[in-house]
Amino acid sequence: MNDAIRARGPWQLAFERLSRDRWAIAATAAIGIIILVAVFAPLIAAAIEHPPEAQYRETGLSPSGIPVGPSRLFLFGTDGLGRDILVRIAYGARVSLIVGVLASGLAVAFGALVGIVAAWFGGAIDTILSRLMDVVLSLPFLVFALALVAIVGPSLTISIVVIAFFSWATVGRVVRAQALSIREQEYIRAARSMGAGSMRIMFVEILPNVAATLIVYATLLIPSSIAFEATMSFLGLGVVPPTPSWGNMLADSIAFYKVAWWFVAFPGAALVGTTLAFNILGDSVRDAFDPRHDQTIVVDADKEKDS
Amino acid sequence: MTESLLRVEHLVKHFPTTARDFFRSGQHVHAVDDVSLDVRRGETLGLVGETGCGKSTLARCIIRLERLTSGRVVFEGHDISSLSDSELRPYRRRMQMVFQDPYGSLNPRRRVGSIIGDPFEIHGMASGAELRRRVQDLMDLVGLNPEHYNRFPAQFSGGQRQRIGIARAIALRPDLLICDEPVSALDVSIRAQILNLLRELQRELRLTMIFISHDLSVVRHVSDRIAVMYLGKVIEIAPGANLFEHARHPYTRALLSAIPIPDPDLDSAREQIVLSGDPPSPIEPPSGCRFHPRCPRAERICGVDEPPLIERLLDSRDHLAACHFPVADGEALVREKSAT
Repeated sequence: MNDAIRARGPWQLAFERLSRDRWAIAATAAIGIIILVAVFAPLIAAAIEHPPEAQYRETGLSPSGIPVGPSRLFLFGTDGLGRDILVRIAYGARVSLIVGVLASGLAVAFGALVGIVAAWFGGAIDTILSRLMDVVLSLPFLVFALALVAIVGPSLTISIVVIAFFSWATVGRVVRAQALSIREQEYIRAARSMGAGSMRIMFVEILPNVAATLIVYATLLIPSSIAFEATMSFLGLGVVPPTPSWGNMLADSIAFYKVAWWFVAFPGAALVGTTLAFNILGDSVRDAFDPRHDQTIVVDADKEKDS
Repeated sequence: MTESLLRVEHLVKHFPTTARDFFRSGQHVHAVDDVSLDVRRGETLGLVGETGCGKSTLARCIIRLERLTSGRVVFEGHDISSLSDSELRPYRRRMQMVFQDPYGSLNPRRRVGSIIGDPFEIHGMASGAELRRRVQDLMDLVGLNPEHYNRFPAQFSGGQRQRIGIARAIALRPDLLICDEPVSALDVSIRAQILNLLRELQRELRLTMIFISHDLSVVRHVSDRIAVMYLGKVIEIAPGANLFEHARHPYTRALLSAIPIPDPDLDSAREQIVLSGDPPSPIEPPSGCRFHPRCPRAERICGVDEPPLIERLLDSRDHLAACHFPVADGEALVREKSAT
């Protein structure tokens, strides 16, 4: 009897829905491969015996100094300095994943904090925080990033901070809106009547109710953070060469795109593939937490058929 | 006379209808207007009235979920009406509330065990295994299976959820339990169970209760005394039996006549009073007696002079009514219009 009606929490339900979603499984598998490549990048380099920053002027460049294409020696070809693109992509995955996960994690944590605090306290605190979010959302990203990097110099840490800084406000707004409606619920009143303080109400009562939104945003912010990082590295504001990142590899490839397609194609494919996988997973996670979202689409399709 | 546990003195609560700005001085909903009550230790005070008459607001003011516009709430001789949240905490332990909506009053994302354990955690009374044991004792006490400790509220029925709410409210053995329409969201078949549970708990834990409902028959079942509210005011208060036998206020009479009687012969024999019109807007309440626009007995004075809540006719000091022309025993509500 007890097994028949098993207690399933909302998280468990969401996970079960997710595990039935083929797209989600495919995306998770792809992300798993990318993570493995990133983690074992040094092993890959050791196996091929091509360190990421080693330049092969003899074998990796044609006599006229043009990169060589994919071959048995260089599976993905070489770049303008005769370095192995496969190894550099593997190392670049580390940068992308670290930036993606850390920046989106920071952004979600800070956005949640600001959103909940603004909604719970209301009044002047809400006004100040909401206007602050408006300001952040209206700042020109590139100009700000350029200015900041000009002052403190490019680095991985700065990239993460800048990306998180430009992402948290979106999360903050959504969380604030949700928390505003949660705050009017009777269970919040019940908590207050028992003597719960603001801290407890914000983090024990409200936070679990916005957690699903936070998970969805975290997954959806990872690909955009990765793309952000690539953009910054492309413009020379992110990871400092010779450390490989997909963004600075693409920047280097510009000079050679007419003669060396592999130089553009492989880092570009890695970037697009990774962001695509995270985006698909993010969409699936959202659907898993909000199954109604799925049904509305079905209903709409039926209506269209009828008319 | 038994000592009073809680005194409400001239409590007023107005809500602004719109945010005040430069152009409007702002209108106010007069949710509770000058209510004074005395709740005696160990009794159950029923609070009845139509939807929107201010019963729930009064309860929330007593438990200080709302700031009072004016007036005082005195709990065991201490004025708690202007205490800050932290100063209120010791009193929160002793006054608890059971909420109306068994769905909205439990956080859907938290497990039942941790919801019921909240009061212990908030007041630092128990933790770990001790907390779990006490929560399971409580679940047992209110008739829930203690093994369902780890379930979510969505996995319980309405009646079970209300039991969870009750368990949470009595966790700290409060002196005063305010029940805000605890059964009106439940199926009729479940109501009696919850009402009986509340009565048992009251006996066992020697609770003082304020029981709010719009349903007179429910209130009669549990209350020692009953206060009737209309448009933010208490218009009659009396021991339960007295109120049912000797209602003085025309509005109380009308309410009583609306209770269905299951016997059709008796039902058709009695006087049916159907009030005309809707309750007036609490934004601009009528002058004088607030009931006068709908009252079949109203005369000119009723629109001018607000009748005080005092003993009427030959009633005891326990039976107060606010009416210029109280209804005597056996008298018909609608009088022959005196020629004027």
